[in-house]
Amino acid sequence: MTAPVSGSMSGPASAAVPSPVARMTPGPAPGTSSDPPPVGDGCRLGSLRKGQRAVVTGLDESAVATPLPPGELERRMIEMGLIEGARVEILHEGFPGSDPLAVRINDHTLAMRRAEAHAVLVTLG
Amino acid sequence: MSDSAVLAAPVLVAPPRIALVGNPNCGKTALFNALTGARQKVANYPGVTVERKVGEFLSPAGARVQVIDLPGTYSLRARSPDEEVTRDVVLGRFEHETPPDVMVCVADATNLRLHLRLVLELKKLGRPIILALNMMDVAEARGCRVDASALSAALGVPVVPTVAIKRTGVVGLLDQIDRSMMVMAADGPPAPCGWSEPSARDLRAYHQEVEAILAAALRDAGKPSLATQRIDAALLHPAIGLPFLFLVLFLMFQAVFAWAALPMDMIDQGLGWVQAAAGAALPEGMLKSLITDGIIAGVGSVVIFLPQILVLFLFILILESTGYMARAAFLLDRLMGGVGLHGRAFIPLLSSFACAVPGIMAARTIENRADRLATIMIAPLMTCSARLPVYTLIIAAFVPERTVAGGMIGLQGLVMFTLYAAGILSALAVAFVLKRTIFKGAREPLLMELPAYRLPSPRDLLIGLLERARIFLARAGTVIFAIMILLWFLGTFPGAPEGATGPAIDYSFAGMLGHALAPLLAPIGFTWQIAIALVPGMAAREVAVAALGTVYALSETGDALSGSLSGVLAADWSLPTALSLLAWFVFAPQCVSTLSVVKRETNSWFWMLVMIAYMTLLAYGAAFVTFRLSSALLGG
Repeated sequence: MTAPVSGSMSGPASAAVPSPVARMTPGPAPGTSSDPPPVGDGCRLGSLRKGQRAVVTGLDESAVATPLPPGELERRMIEMGLIEGARVEILHEGFPGSDPLAVRINDHTLAMRRAEAHAVLVTLG
Repeated sequence: MSDSAVLAAPVLVAPPRIALVGNPNCGKTALFNALTGARQKVANYPGVTVERKVGEFLSPAGARVQVIDLPGTYSLRARSPDEEVTRDVVLGRFEHETPPDVMVCVADATNLRLHLRLVLELKKLGRPIILALNMMDVAEARGCRVDASALSAALGVPVVPTVAIKRTGVVGLLDQIDRSMMVMAADGPPAPCGWSEPSARDLRAYHQEVEAILAAALRDAGKPSLATQRIDAALLHPAIGLPFLFLVLFLMFQAVFAWAALPMDMIDQGLGWVQAAAGAALPEGMLKSLITDGIIAGVGSVVIFLPQILVLFLFILILESTGYMARAAFLLDRLMGGVGLHGRAFIPLLSSFACAVPGIMAARTIENRADRLATIMIAPLMTCSARLPVYTLIIAAFVPERTVAGGMIGLQGLVMFTLYAAGILSALAVAFVLKRTIFKGAREPLLMELPAYRLPSPRDLLIGLLERARIFLARAGTVIFAIMILLWFLGTFPGAPEGATGPAIDYSFAGMLGHALAPLLAPIGFTWQIAIALVPGMAAREVAVAALGTVYALSETGDALSGSLSGVLAADWSLPTALSLLAWFVFAPQCVSTLSVVKRETNSWFWMLVMIAYMTLLAYGAAFVTFRLSSALLGG
């Protein structure tokens, strides 16, 4: 299991996403981190908009309603490449409601819903 | 490769078996086709309806090798029935199926991360592995450079670049298979299996190992497919995406009718010729009646749909192999979510327009059981091609051939469209109710790879189509053949008594059954002939038309036999009766094949009975309302 994110992150991530250029907080080095992400500094994949890029800093499935047994969503996400250090970019948004998302993860593209994308913690950049 | 030399040699030991394992969209099936050509057969695994594709080829060393194409998976932690098959075969958990001797992991060279993670998991099994770096041509075109020998050294397994769509692209793999089998024979039994279900921590460890391997072997990651990004920018565009998808579907249904018309006419004429020839050659009597009226007419009425089914499957195969099918699921996820369905339910539902059986089988890619059951339950409401002959017949008989809306739209086509729409809308309504009552709960997450677009290979399309044709004809030759003989028997025996005044079928078993059912069906306006035709129609919808033909051909005398069936019906039925029958068939109680596949796929009699009950109720209710309303409106 990944280190769970502290309680202060369990609320919905702020919708006010800073522009990708304005804030360039460096994320943890790719492939090395399983430390808790810096709370308040990152945001969630589910709140990004088309064209934004980010680096995955952790997974927190407790923020998402899912019919799966505990830990299963996290494992599926890891199997699909959503792992700490992965570079992500929102390529396309569905319609209506800008949902689902087409997310480039390193070299492949994954379709996922915003609801579940909220389980992915990222830092912009 | 010459077959004769090996076929002559007596083979007493079972041939060595290799299994193709890999992520979905890695070109695994293309590689399977490249290895085996047409020498493959598709059957089901015992107890489940997951297709088991097996083929054979001759290795350069002259060994006859059996290949299994396993369903694509990202992990041995199976999440769907399809992936369970892959897990159980490679782990040797299947009864009647020895584990493969060598596993060929097929990886998309342009997208190594996810594939290598699976390879690391497979390595734990302790069996010989070969890594086939597939689609090397695409990888090179994108500037992606993989050092195969460095990769092999880092992974500890042989690595062979392949290009499955080229004839020469698998030569290296064939040589490596021979080498691996020789090593295996020298090494003796494989190491014990060290695989256990990985935890999230294990999965992260696998990924870190993959990053280390890639650092050693990936010289240049290359650029992602620019073409795919540009196409997606248009086809997934909020304003363009859905209209384009509906345009594709519209063209598909146009093609099903337009392209199939000529071959269907030819089959029709061919059957007429065979029927006439058989009629002329056989002496008068029971046997002649059985062969011409029962078997040729009955089986022919089903075989005639082969062209339509092939056109539909050609489109489905193209949509799948280009990668557009995943985009369709992406585009529809939100809309289908409105009634609680998974975006992936689109593929089973689309297939169900051809036939609910492959549609229901395709539902096994849906991981969540409730989502899957809901999809299975509504799949038969999609207008399958077996309903077409019923619709066509009744529309031709009762709907005048004129245009409405200023000559733009044919009335007959409009009625047909309404029937299709009624099926789709009722399916959505049923799904809506099911997801709010029986199958409550949050939706299964959507985590679906959108593969790079690629051109489909004509050979793979052809092999896929031939397979569909074979399965369809086998069904016509077995289930439907048997039903037609049974129907002929019911309609012929016992014969009319001496001095009988009514037509012979009135006195037969079918007549008795029809008359017994008639009071039940009278409130919805069905005649006793319809009641008789519905009996075999329960076995297979399309048989109802053949059965109506049989009933009217046998119950009329002289001239009526030569008149076309639609003419007979127009004279015999009232318009409300015809409309009521159309409404009935929108929800028609399904064919035996559909029910048996529901039973197998859900592994329960319960869901099959639920389906029979709810569809019969809907059909009766819709027919009742239609009959009463139209009778009142038309004063009939």
